[in-house]
Amino acid sequence: MKQTFFQKLIITLIAWTAAVVIFFPIFWMLLSGFKTEIDAIAAPPLLVFEPTLENYEAAQQRANYMSSAANSVFISVGATLLALAFSIPAAYAMAFFPTRRTRGTLLWMLSTKMLPPVGVLVPVYILYRDLGLLDTRIGLIIIYALMNLPIVVWLLYTFFKDVPKDILEAGRMDGARPRQELFYLLMPLALPGMASTALLSIILCWNEAFWSLNLTTSDASPLTAFIASFSAPEGLFWAKLSAASTMAIAPILIFGWLSQRQLVRGLTFGAVK
Amino acid sequence: MATVSLRDICKSFADLEVVKGINLEIEDRSFVVFVGPSGCGKSTLLRLIAGLEEITSGDLLIDGQRVNDVSADKRGLAMVFQSYALYPHMTVADNMSFSLRLAGIDKAGRNQKVIDAARILQLESLLQRKPKELSGGQRQRVAIGRAIVRNPKVFLFDEPLSNLDAGLRVQMRIEIARLHESLNATMIYVTHDQVEAMTLADKIVVLRGGAIEQVGTPLELYRRPRNLFVAAFIGSPSMNLLPAHVKAMSESVVTVALPGAVELDVPVESNNLKPDDSITLGVRPEHLHLSDQGQLRGEVIVVERLGSETYLYVQIDGGKRVTIETRGDNPAQIHDSVAVQIDGRHCHLFDASGEAI
Repeated sequence: MKQTFFQKLIITLIAWTAAVVIFFPIFWMLLSGFKTEIDAIAAPPLLVFEPTLENYEAAQQRANYMSSAANSVFISVGATLLALAFSIPAAYAMAFFPTRRTRGTLLWMLSTKMLPPVGVLVPVYILYRDLGLLDTRIGLIIIYALMNLPIVVWLLYTFFKDVPKDILEAGRMDGARPRQELFYLLMPLALPGMASTALLSIILCWNEAFWSLNLTTSDASPLTAFIASFSAPEGLFWAKLSAASTMAIAPILIFGWLSQRQLVRGLTFGAVK
Repeated sequence: MATVSLRDICKSFADLEVVKGINLEIEDRSFVVFVGPSGCGKSTLLRLIAGLEEITSGDLLIDGQRVNDVSADKRGLAMVFQSYALYPHMTVADNMSFSLRLAGIDKAGRNQKVIDAARILQLESLLQRKPKELSGGQRQRVAIGRAIVRNPKVFLFDEPLSNLDAGLRVQMRIEIARLHESLNATMIYVTHDQVEAMTLADKIVVLRGGAIEQVGTPLELYRRPRNLFVAAFIGSPSMNLLPAHVKAMSESVVTVALPGAVELDVPVESNNLKPDDSITLGVRPEHLHLSDQGQLRGEVIVVERLGSETYLYVQIDGGKRVTIETRGDNPAQIHDSVAVQIDGRHCHLFDASGEAI
């Protein structure tokens, strides 16, 4: 169907409006980070102001950005690797040796994502306290891996299902044991899908705030906790908070930007054939 | 030496029985083709032999050894898949040597075997390419090459030519026939294409609904089909089948009445026939002729000219349509009224249950 000029205009307008609405808070945060505290809370809001870098300096002094960033990287990557280590064999089994209960198992795994995390906060907190995992990076890695496990299994399952069964059977005729089948055939073939799954998992871990705020205090605090530390009892410091937030999301934003093609390709893989 | 014996092989998926008690002996170095319509269980039967599916009951013997519980790779078989199933991330050489690598054969040994197989299949110049850079026919040859390097006792082919276009299919068919000759191996081949079956096989196994309908050489099946199904399935264009009934019979001749009050003597043993029994008369298109003395009268409705021969589709009085094979230069035109000569000596009779008389 050929679109008229008017239809195109409407669609373009809607797309731009949506993009602006989504982007505006990020833009405002970026802007506020360069304002003084006074300018940041000015009413009506200021669009033109004298930019300053003092908030970035203050944010650095007040909390250790580098150690939080290092924690974020370490925890996100660690949790993703841990989740993959469990999910790859699970998805392999479910994709290629399905039983009557496979579908149900998958749905059940996904349904656990619908449980509000706060519902299990107390038991998890007590468990972590007793196991000495509070405020440790390994503690966060475990909880993040568990948190992402259902999504990672689901995604890998769909990617694995797209690998032709014949190829694995040919491998079996050639003498491949299940482990060899996994490492020599399935994983290389599903690599684009596995990469986008890993990217998504890293992003989800990076942005996670609930567990990091509740289970860490200082040593293992990732960037989400770093940001939260700026809403202090003495009051909100909007400009400093914005500067800290900008620093916190910058790495993942750049990472996401660089990998967006891979991400989109992976997530729509199989859907558009 | 590689014989394959199937003893009462059954396979069920949940409650559905797809292979029903198959008994078959496959001799050493023979070329056996499983043929039948889709869903007849031919591919499942091949996968049972390959070890890709578990046998529900019965015994599978390779060289006299029961292999039901032996894993696919230990049965000494190699399989060529319909989709080729090449490893897309590996080069042609790596595809072919994958099984050797898994078996722990050193690099020099692997290379030698790959080069030997590549020479047989004229793949030498393609060894460093990836499958996606190959044409359909080349991919098929790589799939066969992958089977050859394993030096298997038995080659299994699962509809290997059905993804190729018509011209290439004929060419690959000839290559496979030559390969069977030169490798001197036992081959089991699955196809739904009866032309492939007729041209390649030493022995054809016709399957329907998970059971064997008939086993025999191509000409045995063509000349003496055991029942209506085989009669209609083997041969292209297929056999003409006309409803008829028994008029009279003697010891070695049955007189049948065809539609249009035509009577015909067919030299078969009458067995358990009685007068007035309903039967089916079968006659191949090449055994029908246009002739002024022809018993069947009708109108030409379609003319297919293939060059060397011409097929006439004739609507005969009484309602049935028959196919007649004539010479390429036959002048018949659509809507011509014709008389068709039918010779009882070339006719097959099938009783009411479809069994050949």
